[in-house]
Amino acid sequence: MIPFTTLSAPAVPLRLANVDTDQLLPARFLRKPRADGYHHYLFHDLRRDAEGRPREDFPLNDPRWADAPILVADRNFGGGSSREGAVYALVDHGIRVVIAPSFGDIFYSNATKNGLLPIRLPIEVIARIWATAEGDPTAPLSVDLAAQTIRLPNEAPIGFDIDPFQKECLLGGRDDIDLTLEHGARLEAFERGYGQAFPWRRPATPA
Amino acid sequence: MSGPLTLFEKIWRDHVVAERADGQSLLWIDRHLCHEGSFHAFDKLARSGRPVRRPDLTFAIADHYVPTRDRAAGPRDPEIATMVRLLDENTARHGITQFGLNDPDQGIVHVVGPELGLTQPGITLVCGDSHTSTHGAFGALAFGIGASEVSHVLATQTLWQKRPRTLRITVDGALSQHVTAKDLILAVIARIGADGAAGHVIEYAGPAIRALSMEARMTVCNMSIEAGGRAGMIAPDDTTIEWLAGRRYAPKGAAWEAAVAAWRGLESDPEAAFDRELRLDAATIAPTVTWGISPEHAVPVTAHVPNPEDEPDTARRAALATAVDYMGLAPGTPLTEIAVDRVFIGSCTNARIEDLRAAAAVLQDRRATVPLMIVPGSSAVKRQAEAEGLDRVFTAAGAEWLDSGCSMCAATNGDMAAPGERCASTTNRNFRGRQGLGSRTHLMSPAMAAAAAVTGRITDVRQLISGAGP
Ligand code: SF4
Repeated sequence: MIPFTTLSAPAVPLRLANVDTDQLLPARFLRKPRADGYHHYLFHDLRRDAEGRPREDFPLNDPRWADAPILVADRNFGGGSSREGAVYALVDHGIRVVIAPSFGDIFYSNATKNGLLPIRLPIEVIARIWATAEGDPTAPLSVDLAAQTIRLPNEAPIGFDIDPFQKECLLGGRDDIDLTLEHGARLEAFERGYGQAFPWRRPATPA
Repeated sequence: MSGPLTLFEKIWRDHVVAERADGQSLLWIDRHLCHEGSFHAFDKLARSGRPVRRPDLTFAIADHYVPTRDRAAGPRDPEIATMVRLLDENTARHGITQFGLNDPDQGIVHVVGPELGLTQPGITLVCGDSHTSTHGAFGALAFGIGASEVSHVLATQTLWQKRPRTLRITVDGALSQHVTAKDLILAVIARIGADGAAGHVIEYAGPAIRALSMEARMTVCNMSIEAGGRAGMIAPDDTTIEWLAGRRYAPKGAAWEAAVAAWRGLESDPEAAFDRELRLDAATIAPTVTWGISPEHAVPVTAHVPNPEDEPDTARRAALATAVDYMGLAPGTPLTEIAVDRVFIGSCTNARIEDLRAAAAVLQDRRATVPLMIVPGSSAVKRQAEAEGLDRVFTAAGAEWLDSGCSMCAATNGDMAAPGERCASTTNRNFRGRQGLGSRTHLMSPAMAAAAAVTGRITDVRQLISGAGP
């Protein structure tokens, strides 16, 4: 995965709550191979009207935000289905940061495994980002993962929380399987002891 | 962890392989279930060149994309056929047990896991599907994961997790007649919101929960994810133990005795502290339905479509207006005046045998006036329903009685509602377009869905049954 360190770039305001992963990537595209890119399907049904024409009022269709790599939404972003394709669609579109007051737990975790930084911020801060972006779509929002801050133009940096493990994986672009295999000896010892302590937890051999 | 512990903490404690100073724990995973949508994870594993560490602990089931009609012919859509074939190939290559398209044990993964006794108290169980929370009904720690985590489990049989917070929801009293587990969980979600339990594992407790059957407990735990919960769980008791006895993969003989003794200790200690507590009284819950596009838009069937103008907060007002508009409803309309175009009874929430019995009880000697699809949760449920004659009740009522799978719950197999169509559904998500592009979903219990099929509109099943309706 691509490491995430810092980014200073425009933010696209998405004044929507409960943007579930079905909206990010409708289920009928889940069967598509990743190789062709998932950006074709990002917000597929929200971006288009009933006749399939792009909706002008959808911020991602606005040419001013076509390349904005930061998405700023309302609460419960990425709730619903565990589909990692929802993250692939954002990443393949070029989104590197998603900011919202709260996230679906599985989406949050999926994001951090694909180089997409999810940031939880209070709605008051988000409202300021929305207003700034709508006033000047080129206004850069600066994100610094190591320092755990975001900064609006002409404002002091604002801190955000992130789990240290997820931060480390994102900063280093590291695959956590490598990290786990560093604990290989520990894992083997555990596995032996566990099998003896809880023999019934292995699936019984069918008669 | 010492002192009094919650059920969750007891399970967590046994499974920690390693801990990092930053609070992340490497957890041992006892059971991994996968389905044909797991191809991204197998692809990722193949790219890394790693083997599956414990193929004996992963079980695969085809469910999301399987055809519900004319199954022997296989999937007609070439992309779906590829996914089903990839599951065959990936499981064969790694020596993983699979219940494929035409296997007598095929069904929805969250229905089949418990049926086969793969789901057991005290275990950790994961699957690349958010409704894995269902298995928590047995006192397991069960949660959904994404494709990267699935490949991590395949490679290592472990997962890195940060310890979630705990929320206990205690339900006092008893549910009234015709009020079910589905109504209970919808009422909980309405109360705490679709992200109300984010970052938390929910334990459901109290007399109303204890009184539930295993099927009903699974319905409750299933929709923990619609409340934003990481997992939902219920401590095992006699109901759990009786349900599991004799299941194919459940422990046998002396191992069964040892298991039962251990399971009896799996309850939260009386003094154990939860990060949050919520209490509600089961007697206050009415048959509940959703009117909008989030599961939190749930209200008693006796209520009306809300008027966004009554909402003081601007953002919330706009969200309500969007939902009312998408659903094609007029504010203030009584829910029981909303006509439906079709009814779907199915899904891992509500397609187990008791759900079908409840639907049949309503449909007995009545006829559906709108198209009604009934998709059993598993092939075993289908056989059981047919042995009990439920299929004859359904077909006499004019319903379509189909083969098991996810079907119109996520509409991934091609079973779907048309744009603009309104569907009364026993599923778990009323998201925009969930049941097909432009579809409108109202979530409810199987008995309520059957009642809607009879009258062609959202109906209070209590009135239909008491003879006040058709
Ligand atoms: S029935 Fe629906 S919710 Fe359950 S696993 Fe299938 S698609 Fe997911």
